[in-house]
Amino acid sequence: MAAAASKAAPDRSADAAHADAGGDRIVLEGVTKRFATPTGEMFTAIKDVSLRVAPGEFCAVVGPTGCGKSTTLTLVAGLEHPTAGSVYADGHQVQGVVKGTSFMFQADALLPWKSVEANVAMGPMFRGASKKEALGQARDWLRRVGLSGFESHHPHQLSGGMRKRAAMAAALINEPSILLMDEPFGALDVQTKAIMSNELLRLWEQSRPSVLFITHDLEEAIALADKVIVMTAGPGTVKDVYDIDLPRPRGAVQDVRFQPRFLELQHQIWESLKDEVQRAYAKQGNPIAPAAATTGGAA
Amino acid sequence: MTSVLDPTGRPTAPANDELSIASTARQRNRRRILRVNLARLVLLVFIIGGWQLFTAWKIVDPFFFGQPSGIAKALRDLFVHGTAYGSVWSQIGVTMKEAMLGFVYGVVGGIVFGIALGQSRFLAEVAGPFIKVANAIPRIVLGSIFVVAFGFGTTSKVLLAAVLVFFVVFFNAFQGVREVDRNLINNVRVLGGSRVDVNRHVILPSALTWIIASLHVAFGFSVIGAIVGEFLGAQKGLGLVISTAQNHFDPDTVFATMVIIAAITLAAEYVISLGEHRLLSWRPPSASESTAGI
Ligand SMILES: Nc1ncnc2c1ncn2[C@@H]1O[C@H](COP(=O)(O)OP(=O)(O)OP(=O)(O)O)[C@@H](O)[C@H]1O
Ligand SMILES: [Mg+2]
Repeated sequence: MAAAASKAAPDRSADAAHADAGGDRIVLEGVTKRFATPTGEMFTAIKDVSLRVAPGEFCAVVGPTGCGKSTTLTLVAGLEHPTAGSVYADGHQVQGVVKGTSFMFQADALLPWKSVEANVAMGPMFRGASKKEALGQARDWLRRVGLSGFESHHPHQLSGGMRKRAAMAAALINEPSILLMDEPFGALDVQTKAIMSNELLRLWEQSRPSVLFITHDLEEAIALADKVIVMTAGPGTVKDVYDIDLPRPRGAVQDVRFQPRFLELQHQIWESLKDEVQRAYAKQGNPIAPAAATTGGAA
Repeated sequence: MTSVLDPTGRPTAPANDELSIASTARQRNRRRILRVNLARLVLLVFIIGGWQLFTAWKIVDPFFFGQPSGIAKALRDLFVHGTAYGSVWSQIGVTMKEAMLGFVYGVVGGIVFGIALGQSRFLAEVAGPFIKVANAIPRIVLGSIFVVAFGFGTTSKVLLAAVLVFFVVFFNAFQGVREVDRNLINNVRVLGGSRVDVNRHVILPSALTWIIASLHVAFGFSVIGAIVGEFLGAQKGLGLVISTAQNHFDPDTVFATMVIIAAITLAAEYVISLGEHRLLSWRPPSASESTAGI
């Protein structure tokens, strides 16, 4: 059903799409998404969002909670349709799930009733590989993310960090040209997060998909990305775009953050983000404004 | 008292190696199980013995309430002499066949409808009121209709059992589909899964937890359906044995048949539990499993 939609789509809009995309992998143009609330009103999650991610570019998105970051990703993935505006992936208008896009969800999305290798093997199997082939690939990918020896474990038998590794293998095994990551390491402790970030960079540099990476952690965003997008408090829209001109390969993320240029960028971006975080807090009726010394405030 | 049963009740000497810690834990566990079983035995003797004594002393009339020794005798009679309409084994066979057929039809129907309605909002809204009404009818009454319509043969019993089973399984399957994590569905869709893949890999396994939980109750219901159906009119079966005994004012035989039914149901329960363990082996061990037996 979805496949048919995405195949049919280019006929009508391919020419326009190519013109609009201008060679960019991901393009959002004036995208608005509204939801019907349980009380029947319309709630605007994101408003007039426009952004572009070039092939092989690593783009991080930061913004206060509830500003519509996850919503933006589900639109790029084709899981939801925009209320207004258009979304292009690989030069084609997104009208359903797109082949070539992988998604690492904010919450755990491994199937708890399947072993780790069966989970990772799902992608190739849905794309027509034989079971044997798919399992072979899955084992190979599990080895690459450092999960050898855990192939036949069930997700609940793994630690949180190991589950994220498995999810990463499941996302990368389809060799996506677009990789969407929604706070993939949000629930991990600082050390594990640093290790996982390094591994992500290592794997990303091998195949260079375009990445849209959502995070709450400004340091993580700057350490990983080529470009950081700051979103406003809900309804979210793009407030600022910062190019991160730190040279690659950057080495361990733990070390990058002490470079003077890193601190400079962090200071700039935090200045922009701070107001939005405060606005978001105020909107939630929270009497206590966030302490000035939250992430990056110290810089 | 405790010191007899649990001599290690005093703080055990600081165990200095893992082995002794493990063995103490094992020992303690064994003792706990022994104590539970002992208490069960005492309770059983108390109930049966009390019943026997009260009826022997005519505080309670054995004519109405039976008597354990009489029930044992009736049970032996059933197995040795059989009934007026064949051996007791053939009665068990007939009832089991009706219950099993009803169980299978009810379960399959419940799963198919539950999953279909759980996924389609349109179907659910259309069928909703009808199902609510059907569910509000005391379903045992349907037994009378089925016996009138389909006669004294097995069909009417199978139907009644199937209807009873259907609703239990249906509501669980329906709820199971409703509770499926959207994230898991989205994940499979993004990975390239079709609608069939989503059903097979996410919705069915997820709903299976709910469906299997309902099977325990459902099997009991299928036996009830078969027995009640026979009670309302049949040529064979355990329900007929009960209704015949009732007409002869023979409570001992009624109780004896109850014992047989209970034994069958417990055996089926055991088989279902085995299947449950196999199918749901992926689940983390739950707290409720360690307090099994209730
Ligand atoms: N299906 C939906 N129906 C109604 N409202 C929704 C739906 N999905 C999201 N929203 C609303 O849209 C807003 C943005 O949600 P979203 O999940 O995109 O935020 P977010 O930026 O990812 O937040 P966080 O950083 O906390 O994950 C929220 O206010 C949320 O309540
Ligand atoms: Mg989110």
